[in-house]
Amino acid sequence: MALTNETIKDRLTAKFGEQLTHFEEPYGLLTFEAPAALNLKVMQFLFDDEELRFQFLTDLTAVHYPHQQDRELAVVYHLHNLTDNIRLRFKVFTSSAQPDIFTATQLYSSANWMERETYDFFGIHFVGHPNLKRILNVDEMEYFPMRKEFPLEDQTRIDKDDAMFGRGALPAAANVGAVETPRNPAEPTVPASGTPGVKGSEQDWSTETTKQ
Amino acid sequence: MSTEQHIKLPEGSIEKTTTTLNLGPTHPATHGVFQNILELDGERIVSAEQTIGYIHRAFEKLAERRPLYQITTLTDRLNYCSSPINNMGWHLTCEKLLGVKTPKRVDYLRIIIMELSRISDHLICNSVVGVDSGAFTGFLYVMQYRELIYEIYEEVCGSRLTTNMGRIGGFERDFTNTAFEKLEKFLAEYPAVLKEFESLFTRNRIFMERTIGAGPIGAERALNYGFTGPNLRAAGVDYDVRAHQPYSSYEDFEFDIPVGTTGDCYDRFLVRNGEMWQSLRIIEQAYKKVQEFKGAEASVYHADAPEYYLPAKEDVYTKMEALIWHFKIVMGETEIPPGEVYYSVEGGNGELGFYLISDGGRTPYRLHFRRPCFIYYQAYSELTKGAMLSDAVIVMSSLNLIAGEMDA
Repeated sequence: MALTNETIKDRLTAKFGEQLTHFEEPYGLLTFEAPAALNLKVMQFLFDDEELRFQFLTDLTAVHYPHQQDRELAVVYHLHNLTDNIRLRFKVFTSSAQPDIFTATQLYSSANWMERETYDFFGIHFVGHPNLKRILNVDEMEYFPMRKEFPLEDQTRIDKDDAMFGRGALPAAANVGAVETPRNPAEPTVPASGTPGVKGSEQDWSTETTKQ
Repeated sequence: MSTEQHIKLPEGSIEKTTTTLNLGPTHPATHGVFQNILELDGERIVSAEQTIGYIHRAFEKLAERRPLYQITTLTDRLNYCSSPINNMGWHLTCEKLLGVKTPKRVDYLRIIIMELSRISDHLICNSVVGVDSGAFTGFLYVMQYRELIYEIYEEVCGSRLTTNMGRIGGFERDFTNTAFEKLEKFLAEYPAVLKEFESLFTRNRIFMERTIGAGPIGAERALNYGFTGPNLRAAGVDYDVRAHQPYSSYEDFEFDIPVGTTGDCYDRFLVRNGEMWQSLRIIEQAYKKVQEFKGAEASVYHADAPEYYLPAKEDVYTKMEALIWHFKIVMGETEIPPGEVYYSVEGGNGELGFYLISDGGRTPYRLHFRRPCFIYYQAYSELTKGAMLSDAVIVMSSLNLIAGEMDA
């Protein structure tokens, strides 16, 4: 009998009860949320269970939601059961103040570089990772570039403001001319590599700072 | 004579019994910019450490500031040996998010292009395996057929390497007759060439001795390392996105999935060759199906998706509606519906996935590429452990490592 989203959901709720939340099926892909401390337990269960057998890690990445207090960073796992040919996605949320997540390298060798990449770009600290250092960026880099507080464009430009891309309100100064550089040099920056996420609580970047 | 040392050597470098060798970042044998730091005991590899990221271009960050249609050009530059597959994969992802349904003819035309690019990808990979084992002839011989494939691309979209081919919903224009003529020429001539290419290598004693047993990996390890595509199939696992999660109407076609057993360089070579035959089969079927369309259906080349598909130029100048859509699309002012989608296609190297999150803005909130190359390259040190230095090079080329795909 082929495995269905319902069966997976039932098996998971039977095992973990109320701890797994937000069961959804966007575009048919079972998605749920697990507490950060349980990520490895959930994965181990999905891996070992006779019926579930999610033994292929398709993708591991992170998303930054700066406006969600204490759950700014989401680590997203895509798992695949190749026997029954069914996928699932689950997320764990963590704070950017202390982004500690257990590593999946013991289960999947492929998680090694994917976690290094996630660390490199989002500063997520994978506890127990054998070699957690930057992979695509230079080692000397002092920030995590995929976090939303690092805008891509030159910050003095106003024509590339978020509002132009359908997010947020138009800046009041949009038609006035000179705009103050949003990021104040005195403002604490994101901590150096190696000690991820120590300064997270002081990260008071808001849309207001960029929209003066 | 004073015993004072004038050259400062690193601590312990004299006592050390192994040699460190930098293979790369710019070494002719790496076929791309990445580095391998090999630790050698004589000619045996003790360990290998990879450094990548030399051509990292921050595509994921760039994509957060671009409307959907401008991201296609970024996908070109992932695996640049088969950029049309990346383009189509991206369009299919967008279509899934937007709920655009493409006509059958578009699907078939896409399949023709995707399979052509698979052939050109595997062709380069396999002939480079030949080059790295000392046989240059095959490489030169097949190159003119890659050229023919590139001419077909050129006829369809105007460019050759970084194609930016197609649009969300279909193609920017219909295939010309020249494109179909060139395709016919390819279908007529290529089988003989591939046959000859195979007879050059497949039972060649020297080639076999160089590749059999070089860089092997078992099915279980390959899966654990996240292998996909020909490299996984060479290890004996018949996972193929085209068959497991058919996209673009692959379910209408008949093809086999070649698999190997040992996952060594020779098996990878055979699997890629087998796939080229299967791709030819698919193209022939697809071309036949394309020819069978009658009447109005025979000239359909895009879906009806006015919000995302640029209207024809003559309409833009004469119709208000088209002018508005044209302006909105070009200025990137169409809102993307909120949603979260993971979609994957079978790229030249394996499962090429796109994880796209939209929050309702005009650009993706987050876009992540699952690059097969990046994921399986980490197995390299395990594949080469204990092998000879010369195997290091051939393993690299038979994995088909493309720096553009690794670094994104």
